[in-house]
Amino acid sequence: MAHHQLDARRLLCPMPVIRTQNFVVDLPPGDTVEVFCTDHGALNDIPAWCRINGHEVIASRTGASGEVVVTVRVGAKSD
Amino acid sequence: MARQRKALSLISGGLDSMLATRVIMDQGIHVEGVNFFTGFCVEGHTHAIRKKDKAKPKRNNALWVAETLGIKLHIVDVIDEYKDVVINPKHGYGSNLNPCLDCKCFMVRKAHEWIQEHDFDFIITGEVIGQRPMSQRRDTMPVIQRESGAEDRLLRPLCAKNLPETLPEREGWLQRENLFDFSGRGRKPQIALARSLGIEDYAQPAGGCCFLTDEAYSVKLDDLWRSRGTRDYELDDIMLLKVGRHLRPRPHFKLIVGREEGENNFLEGYRKQFTHLRTLSHPGPLVLVDGEIDADDLHLTARIAARYSKGRDAASVEVEIVPQGGEPQRLLVPPLAGDDMPDNWLL
Ligand code: SF4
Repeated sequence: MAHHQLDARRLLCPMPVIRTQNFVVDLPPGDTVEVFCTDHGALNDIPAWCRINGHEVIASRTGASGEVVVTVRVGAKSD
Repeated sequence: MARQRKALSLISGGLDSMLATRVIMDQGIHVEGVNFFTGFCVEGHTHAIRKKDKAKPKRNNALWVAETLGIKLHIVDVIDEYKDVVINPKHGYGSNLNPCLDCKCFMVRKAHEWIQEHDFDFIITGEVIGQRPMSQRRDTMPVIQRESGAEDRLLRPLCAKNLPETLPEREGWLQRENLFDFSGRGRKPQIALARSLGIEDYAQPAGGCCFLTDEAYSVKLDDLWRSRGTRDYELDDIMLLKVGRHLRPRPHFKLIVGREEGENNFLEGYRKQFTHLRTLSHPGPLVLVDGEIDADDLHLTARIAARYSKGRDAASVEVEIVPQGGEPQRLLVPPLAGDDMPDNWLL
């Protein structure tokens, strides 16, 4: 089970969600991805996207520089 | 047992596509949603940028609709492909730079490609005859079917009874009598249907679903094309058109002036790509310069930056100018008086 990092800084929503979606599609269940964003909308959008697509947000934090980091665990693929 | 039929629904985040989706789900069809991100979508960005909007709940309406309905949503980045739709619309523009008919054809064509790749059976949209002046008319509905290639695999549940039978109806995958015959601009039937389905919370976007229907935005996009002598754009260009005051004091350059803290923070991210100015002696906005400027222009831009600072009534304001890739310099300038700033500079 691998851990990955994804840079979605300076992108405005929904681009961080699109980047996450397109990155996760190639990963096996159980892998984790830390997504680094500067648009705080990602704090709502990435978890919403995870809920509807069967993935899990295992952590989200706001860094000192105002950057947000959302960690996603890839769920079982249903199709 | 009959095969489970599957539909892909174009989810905009508004009520109509939400209702259309729900109506088809209720007929036992497996539905997933798709949302195309063109770069012009109203969603998110403005909220993310302007500080005053931060208090409002910030949600991506398409994701929210999908979650409420309990369906998957695929968000597709079509930024590059969409350029051709905006730049060369075969069917022309609406009242602003909105190429609605070409846009609908494009989106349904992308959806059609998607269903072929993913083995889905048909496409649904929330279109209603007569709802929009350009793309949702009786005579343009078949244009979308034809030019997208979707033909009779495109079903509009909210007005299907006013239209010829489509494949899903003919094949009995669903019942035509459970579809609707809405038409016109009124919203009453949609609101009543929402109520009967127990849908109480939904987004009511004013006007169109994207910035291209906005007059002020279209003026700025048109100015960008004219000044560059070419009708093209990058994502950064169209994002920046959503932010700040845009002034064109001379044909060869434009200034983007942050209007408040949120916008200034957003513009900060572009500092490396642009010559930029800020006032040092007084609080003031960040100003980006789009275009090449000489020493005279520099002086003028410094005076404009001073005008938009808290020192607008001061005798002089100190301004720092950072040329793109160059060394910062400082100028002490009198703020430009209102009378010296023609109205037509403001885009
Ligand atoms: S308003 Fe914008 S997104 Fe909606 S159909 Fe027209 S061009 Fe397309």
